[in-house]
Amino acid sequence: MTRVRVQWPDKISAGEVVKVRMLIQHPMDTGYLQDFSGKLVPRNVIQSLTCTLGSQEVFRVVPSSGVSANPYFEFFVRATNTAEFKIEWTDDKGVKGQHLQIFNVTS
Amino acid sequence: MNAEGWLRRKGLQSLLLSGLVWQGLGARVAYAQRMNSGRLQTFEDMVQPIVKGAPIVKKDVNLEAPILADNGSLVPVQIHVQSPMSAQDHVTHIYLLSQRNPVTQMAVFQLGPWNGRAEVSTRVRLAGTQDVVALARLSNGEFRYSQMEIVVTESACVDAS
Repeated sequence: MTRVRVQWPDKISAGEVVKVRMLIQHPMDTGYLQDFSGKLVPRNVIQSLTCTLGSQEVFRVVPSSGVSANPYFEFFVRATNTAEFKIEWTDDKGVKGQHLQIFNVTS
Repeated sequence: MNAEGWLRRKGLQSLLLSGLVWQGLGARVAYAQRMNSGRLQTFEDMVQPIVKGAPIVKKDVNLEAPILADNGSLVPVQIHVQSPMSAQDHVTHIYLLSQRNPVTQMAVFQLGPWNGRAEVSTRVRLAGTQDVVALARLSNGEFRYSQMEIVVTESACVDAS
Protein backbone atom coordinates (compact mmCIF):
# COMPACT_ATOMS: atom_id res chain seq x y z
CA MET A 1 0.00 0.00 0.00
CA THR A 2 1.54 3.22 -1.13
CA ARG A 3 0.76 6.31 0.80
CA VAL A 4 1.11 9.88 -0.35
CA ARG A 5 1.15 13.07 1.61
CA VAL A 6 0.80 16.40 -0.14
CA GLN A 7 0.86 19.72 1.57
CA TRP A 8 0.34 23.36 0.60
CA PRO A 9 -0.62 26.46 2.56
CA ASP A 10 -4.10 26.50 4.14
CA LYS A 11 -5.11 29.78 2.58
CA ILE A 12 -4.25 30.43 -1.03
CA SER A 13 -5.35 33.52 -2.92
CA ALA A 14 -5.54 33.62 -6.72
CA GLY A 15 -2.29 34.59 -8.42
CA GLU A 16 -0.18 33.55 -5.48
CA VAL A 17 2.86 31.33 -5.99
CA VAL A 18 2.68 28.54 -3.44
CA LYS A 19 5.02 25.81 -2.36
CA VAL A 20 3.79 22.24 -2.81
CA ARG A 21 5.49 19.52 -0.81
CA MET A 22 4.90 15.84 -1.34
CA LEU A 23 6.13 12.64 0.16
CA ILE A 24 5.49 9.31 -1.53
CA GLN A 25 5.94 6.03 0.24
CA HIS A 26 8.04 3.89 -2.07
CA PRO A 27 11.08 1.66 -1.38
CA MET A 28 13.08 2.98 -4.40
CA ASP A 29 15.23 -0.18 -4.48
CA THR A 30 18.42 0.62 -6.34
CA GLY A 31 19.24 -2.89 -7.54
CA TYR A 32 22.73 -2.68 -5.99
CA LEU A 33 21.90 -3.73 -2.44
CA GLN A 34 21.37 -7.19 -1.00
CA ASP A 35 18.68 -8.46 1.30
CA PHE A 36 19.43 -10.41 4.50
CA SER A 37 19.92 -13.69 2.64
CA GLY A 38 22.51 -12.12 0.34
CA LYS A 39 20.38 -11.95 -2.78
CA LEU A 40 20.34 -8.76 -4.82
CA VAL A 41 17.10 -6.85 -4.48
CA PRO A 42 15.89 -6.11 -8.03
CA ARG A 43 15.69 -2.48 -9.03
CA ASN A 44 12.31 -0.92 -8.35
CA VAL A 45 12.23 2.82 -8.65
CA ILE A 46 9.62 5.31 -9.75
CA GLN A 47 10.20 5.88 -13.46
CA SER A 48 8.16 9.00 -13.83
CA LEU A 49 5.93 11.11 -11.63
CA THR A 50 3.60 13.84 -12.84
CA CYS A 51 1.53 16.43 -11.04
CA THR A 52 -1.50 17.86 -12.78
CA LEU A 53 -3.45 20.86 -11.57
CA GLY A 54 -6.80 20.99 -13.30
CA SER A 55 -5.91 20.18 -16.90
CA GLN A 56 -2.39 21.65 -16.77
CA GLU A 57 0.59 19.44 -16.07
CA VAL A 58 2.57 21.54 -13.62
CA PHE A 59 5.43 19.29 -12.59
CA ARG A 60 7.10 16.19 -13.94
CA VAL A 61 10.05 14.43 -12.43
CA VAL A 62 12.05 11.49 -13.75
CA PRO A 63 13.80 10.04 -10.72
CA SER A 64 16.42 7.30 -10.78
CA SER A 65 17.99 5.01 -8.24
CA GLY A 66 19.78 8.15 -7.07
CA VAL A 67 16.67 9.43 -5.32
CA SER A 68 16.21 8.40 -1.69
CA ALA A 69 13.65 5.87 -0.51
CA ASN A 70 10.27 7.48 0.16
CA PRO A 71 10.99 10.26 -2.29
CA TYR A 72 10.24 13.81 -1.26
CA PHE A 73 9.69 16.60 -3.77
CA GLU A 74 9.06 20.26 -3.38
CA PHE A 75 8.09 22.71 -6.10
CA PHE A 76 6.17 25.94 -6.64
CA VAL A 77 3.01 26.54 -8.58
CA ARG A 78 1.01 29.64 -9.42
CA ALA A 79 -2.57 29.32 -8.11
CA THR A 80 -5.36 30.49 -10.39
CA ASN A 81 -8.56 28.77 -9.32
CA THR A 82 -9.78 25.85 -7.28
CA ALA A 83 -8.92 22.67 -9.13
CA GLU A 84 -8.16 19.03 -8.70
CA PHE A 85 -4.54 18.23 -7.92
CA LYS A 86 -3.55 14.85 -9.25
CA ILE A 87 -0.30 12.94 -8.73
CA GLU A 88 0.40 9.95 -10.93
CA TRP A 89 3.45 7.70 -11.07
CA THR A 90 4.70 4.42 -12.51
CA ASP A 91 7.46 2.25 -11.12
CA ASP A 92 9.68 -0.50 -12.56
CA LYS A 93 7.25 -3.24 -11.52
CA GLY A 94 4.59 -1.54 -13.61
CA VAL A 95 2.62 -0.49 -10.56
CA LYS A 96 0.76 2.74 -11.19
CA GLY A 97 -0.11 5.03 -8.34
CA GLN A 98 -2.49 7.93 -8.14
CA HIS A 99 -3.46 10.50 -5.58
CA LEU A 100 -6.19 13.12 -5.81
CA GLN A 101 -6.69 16.16 -3.66
CA ILE A 102 -8.66 19.37 -4.08
CA PHE A 103 -6.48 22.46 -4.44
CA ASN A 104 -8.58 25.16 -2.76
CA VAL A 105 -8.13 28.78 -3.83
CA THR A 106 -10.07 31.45 -1.96
CA SER A 107 -11.22 34.15 -4.39
CA MET B 1 79.87 9.53 3.89
CA ASN B 2 80.16 8.84 7.59
CA ALA B 3 78.12 6.23 9.44
CA GLU B 4 75.80 8.76 11.02
CA GLY B 5 74.86 10.25 7.66
CA TRP B 6 74.17 6.81 6.27
CA LEU B 7 71.94 5.98 9.18
CA ARG B 8 70.09 9.27 8.76
CA ARG B 9 69.55 8.63 5.07
CA LYS B 10 68.25 5.12 5.71
CA GLY B 11 65.98 6.41 8.45
CA LEU B 12 64.46 9.04 6.19
CA GLN B 13 64.04 6.51 3.40
CA SER B 14 62.16 4.08 5.61
CA LEU B 15 60.01 6.89 6.97
CA LEU B 16 59.05 7.87 3.44
CA LEU B 17 58.36 4.28 2.48
CA SER B 18 56.20 3.63 5.51
CA GLY B 19 54.21 6.73 4.62
CA LEU B 20 53.55 5.35 1.16
CA VAL B 21 52.62 1.94 2.49
CA TRP B 22 50.26 3.52 5.00
CA GLN B 23 48.51 5.43 2.23
CA GLY B 24 48.16 2.29 0.16
CA LEU B 25 46.71 0.49 3.15
CA GLY B 26 44.20 3.27 3.69
CA ALA B 27 43.09 3.09 0.09
CA ARG B 28 42.67 -0.67 0.40
CA VAL B 29 40.55 -0.33 3.50
CA ALA B 30 38.36 2.23 1.77
CA TYR B 31 38.05 -0.11 -1.21
CA ALA B 32 37.25 -3.15 0.95
CA GLN B 33 34.57 -1.24 2.82
CA ARG B 34 33.26 0.07 -0.48
CA MET B 35 33.20 3.56 0.91
CA ASN B 36 33.69 4.94 -2.57
CA SER B 37 32.20 3.23 -5.55
CA GLY B 38 32.63 3.84 -9.22
CA ARG B 39 35.03 6.34 -10.72
CA LEU B 40 34.88 10.07 -10.62
CA GLN B 41 33.61 11.48 -13.87
CA THR B 42 34.86 14.72 -15.27
CA PHE B 43 32.53 17.69 -15.58
CA GLU B 44 32.41 17.33 -19.36
CA ASP B 45 31.48 13.63 -19.06
CA MET B 46 28.58 14.51 -16.81
CA VAL B 47 27.26 17.49 -18.70
CA GLN B 48 27.92 16.92 -22.40
CA PRO B 49 25.31 14.12 -22.96
CA ILE B 50 22.66 16.68 -22.04
CA VAL B 51 24.18 19.96 -23.21
CA LYS B 52 25.45 18.67 -26.59
CA GLY B 53 27.64 21.70 -27.22
CA ALA B 54 25.08 24.39 -26.34
CA PRO B 55 26.33 27.42 -24.38
CA ILE B 56 26.68 26.73 -20.67
CA VAL B 57 27.43 29.35 -18.01
CA LYS B 58 28.01 29.04 -14.27
CA LYS B 59 25.50 31.57 -12.94
CA ASP B 60 21.89 32.07 -11.82
CA VAL B 61 21.70 28.61 -10.25
CA ASN B 62 21.82 28.24 -6.50
CA LEU B 63 22.47 24.73 -5.21
CA GLU B 64 21.93 24.24 -1.52
CA ALA B 65 23.01 21.06 0.20
CA PRO B 66 24.93 20.12 3.32
CA ILE B 67 28.72 20.44 2.98
CA LEU B 68 29.05 17.29 5.04
CA ALA B 69 26.38 14.62 4.76
CA ASP B 70 26.43 11.97 7.45
CA ASN B 71 24.15 9.61 5.60
CA GLY B 72 24.66 9.22 1.88
CA SER B 73 21.25 7.56 1.51
CA LEU B 74 19.45 10.74 2.34
CA VAL B 75 20.98 14.05 1.33
CA PRO B 76 18.58 16.99 1.06
CA VAL B 77 19.24 19.13 -2.00
CA GLN B 78 17.59 22.38 -3.00
CA ILE B 79 17.99 24.03 -6.39
CA HIS B 80 16.89 27.57 -7.11
CA VAL B 81 17.28 29.10 -10.54
CA GLN B 82 16.96 32.85 -10.95
CA SER B 83 14.44 33.17 -13.74
CA PRO B 84 11.38 35.36 -14.37
CA MET B 85 9.46 32.17 -15.35
CA SER B 86 7.49 34.04 -18.00
CA ALA B 87 6.19 32.47 -21.20
CA GLN B 88 9.20 33.83 -23.13
CA ASP B 89 11.91 33.19 -20.55
CA HIS B 90 11.59 30.24 -18.23
CA VAL B 91 13.39 27.14 -17.05
CA THR B 92 12.21 23.98 -18.80
CA HIS B 93 14.38 21.33 -17.15
CA ILE B 94 16.51 21.00 -14.05
CA TYR B 95 18.99 18.12 -13.99
CA LEU B 96 20.69 16.85 -10.87
CA LEU B 97 23.97 15.17 -11.80
CA SER B 98 26.27 13.08 -9.67
CA GLN B 99 29.96 12.59 -10.30
CA ARG B 100 30.32 9.19 -8.69
CA ASN B 101 26.94 7.45 -8.59
CA PRO B 102 26.37 4.48 -10.93
CA VAL B 103 23.52 6.54 -12.38
CA THR B 104 24.80 10.01 -13.25
CA GLN B 105 21.44 11.63 -13.86
CA MET B 106 19.90 11.46 -10.40
CA ALA B 107 16.71 13.31 -11.21
CA VAL B 108 15.23 15.41 -13.99
CA PHE B 109 12.55 17.98 -13.22
CA GLN B 110 10.35 19.50 -15.89
CA LEU B 111 9.04 22.97 -15.16
CA GLY B 112 7.25 25.72 -17.03
CA PRO B 113 5.88 29.26 -16.74
CA TRP B 114 2.96 27.96 -14.64
CA ASN B 115 5.34 27.26 -11.77
CA GLY B 116 6.01 30.94 -11.11
CA ARG B 117 9.29 30.15 -9.40
CA ALA B 118 12.07 27.84 -10.53
CA GLU B 119 12.83 26.10 -7.30
CA VAL B 120 12.75 22.40 -6.47
CA SER B 121 14.06 20.29 -3.65
CA THR B 122 14.41 16.60 -3.09
CA ARG B 123 16.51 14.07 -1.25
CA VAL B 124 19.15 12.07 -3.06
CA ARG B 125 21.52 9.17 -2.57
CA LEU B 126 25.24 9.75 -2.93
CA ALA B 127 27.89 7.04 -3.34
CA GLY B 128 30.69 8.79 -1.51
CA THR B 129 32.30 12.22 -1.50
CA GLN B 130 31.81 13.92 -4.83
CA ASP B 131 30.77 16.99 -6.78
CA VAL B 132 27.09 17.43 -7.48
CA VAL B 133 25.99 19.53 -10.44
CA ALA B 134 22.63 21.24 -10.86
CA LEU B 135 22.03 21.99 -14.51
CA ALA B 136 19.16 24.12 -15.74
CA ARG B 137 17.94 24.26 -19.32
CA LEU B 138 16.35 27.56 -20.25
CA SER B 139 13.57 28.01 -22.78
CA ASN B 140 16.02 29.65 -25.23
CA GLY B 141 18.15 26.49 -25.29
CA GLU B 142 20.96 27.81 -23.09
CA PHE B 143 22.22 26.14 -19.96
CA ARG B 144 23.09 27.40 -16.49
CA TYR B 145 24.75 25.36 -13.81
CA SER B 146 26.10 25.28 -10.32
CA GLN B 147 28.53 22.84 -8.77
CA MET B 148 29.18 21.88 -5.18
CA GLU B 149 31.27 19.32 -3.37
CA ILE B 150 29.48 17.21 -0.78
CA VAL B 151 31.54 15.20 1.69
CA VAL B 152 29.75 11.93 2.42
CA THR B 153 30.84 9.96 5.48
CA GLU B 154 28.71 6.91 4.70
CA SER B 155 28.11 5.97 1.09
CA ALA B 156 24.63 5.03 -0.08
CA CYS B 157 26.10 2.01 -1.86
CA VAL B 158 27.26 0.26 1.31
CA ASP B 159 24.93 -2.56 2.15
CA ALA B 160 23.27 -2.13 5.51
CA SER B 161 22.42 -5.81 5.98
